[in-house]
Amino acid sequence: MQRSNNDIWVGLFVLIGAAALLFLALQSANLLSLNFQKTYAVTARFDNIGGLKPQTAVKSAGVVVGRVESITFDDKNFQATVTLALQTRYSFPKDSSLKILTSGLLGEQYIGIEAGADEKTLQAGDVITATQSAVVLENLISQFLYSKAAEGSAPSGNSNKK
Amino acid sequence: MSWYKPSDVGFAVRSKLADVGLGARLFLRLAFRGAQSLRRFGLVRDQIHFLGNYSLAIIAVSGLFVGCVLSLQGYYTLQRYGSSEALGLLVALSLVRELGPVVAALLFAGRAGTSLTAEIGLMKAGEQLSAMEMMAVDPVQRILAPRFWAGVITMPLLAAVFSAVGVVGGYVVGVLMLGVDPGAFWGQMQVGVDVWRDVGNGVVKSIVFGVTVTFVALLQGYESQPTPEGVSRATTRTVVMASLAVLGLDFLLTAMMFSI
Repeated sequence: MQRSNNDIWVGLFVLIGAAALLFLALQSANLLSLNFQKTYAVTARFDNIGGLKPQTAVKSAGVVVGRVESITFDDKNFQATVTLALQTRYSFPKDSSLKILTSGLLGEQYIGIEAGADEKTLQAGDVITATQSAVVLENLISQFLYSKAAEGSAPSGNSNKK
Repeated sequence: MSWYKPSDVGFAVRSKLADVGLGARLFLRLAFRGAQSLRRFGLVRDQIHFLGNYSLAIIAVSGLFVGCVLSLQGYYTLQRYGSSEALGLLVALSLVRELGPVVAALLFAGRAGTSLTAEIGLMKAGEQLSAMEMMAVDPVQRILAPRFWAGVITMPLLAAVFSAVGVVGGYVVGVLMLGVDPGAFWGQMQVGVDVWRDVGNGVVKSIVFGVTVTFVALLQGYESQPTPEGVSRATTRTVVMASLAVLGLDFLLTAMMFSI
């Protein structure tokens, strides 16, 4: 194929476009640190997952140690089964517990791991049962209202507190 | 003014239907048989040079200013809720998901689509296309297909340049002028932007827009009345139809990609 002057400029244009894509992938989406890390899968059962979504961060002491891989519903015991992909370089005691937490007042929900004291560590395929469900605002309000109503109907309890 | 007769309605419907069918046929020819033109890459290369390199300046400058404005406006709103650190995330997500592909496609329709329509319309008016057919050269293969593929290749690159320059523009205004913490600016962006969901879908969008804009421009040129007036009308229609198609498709694509 004959070469023309345009080759250089078209090559330059394609390079600029590719560089822009690379910039977006690396600088704004942080491709390198997201993938290419080996993980092991652990499942956990929750009574209520609230607004948890796949790809949500799993944090321990505030550091991201893995991600939520999938969320399914188990119709045997009516619980949510959440599969977590934890990074291989972190290991946790077998009796670690999970909590669904919220970052900030209005922030995203994430899973927090609290390390237990067991000598053995979590292996791939293990099931974590010590879990704490997401806080559902409606339940919180209804609990608050019930306790308020209970206070109102039992004035004797009130006077005891004073 | 006389009333429209039923036969007029029938005629209008039939001619519109014929237009749609002709457009679909041309699209299939360009997309499948036209892919052979990628083997004669010299033709495609010259068109990429014409469509891409000459659009680079307007795309880059527009991207820079869109990023700057996004940063200014976003800062004003975010600051009210005390979350101005999320500025980087806001700028990057808006650019990569929406503004990059859409605004780049609108600019591309105005900058490159019109010239495609005018060029092909004038070729048709000058009977160059008929002359090619007389010489047993298929004008769709020789003239339209290289332009089509060049547009499809060029558009994602231009959209990426737009988004990248826009992020830099947002950085300049947000961090250097408004004093947002640079670590938070990039950090929030990197946590919130996903390579495949956001950047990848933006690229898919821009490819779809590239197909749309280039095809509309070529179709309008190919179907224009071979008169000066006809070519000027076709050029106007290119901008109007391509812009509307881009905006409408953008809504559909966004609903499909990001609603889950």
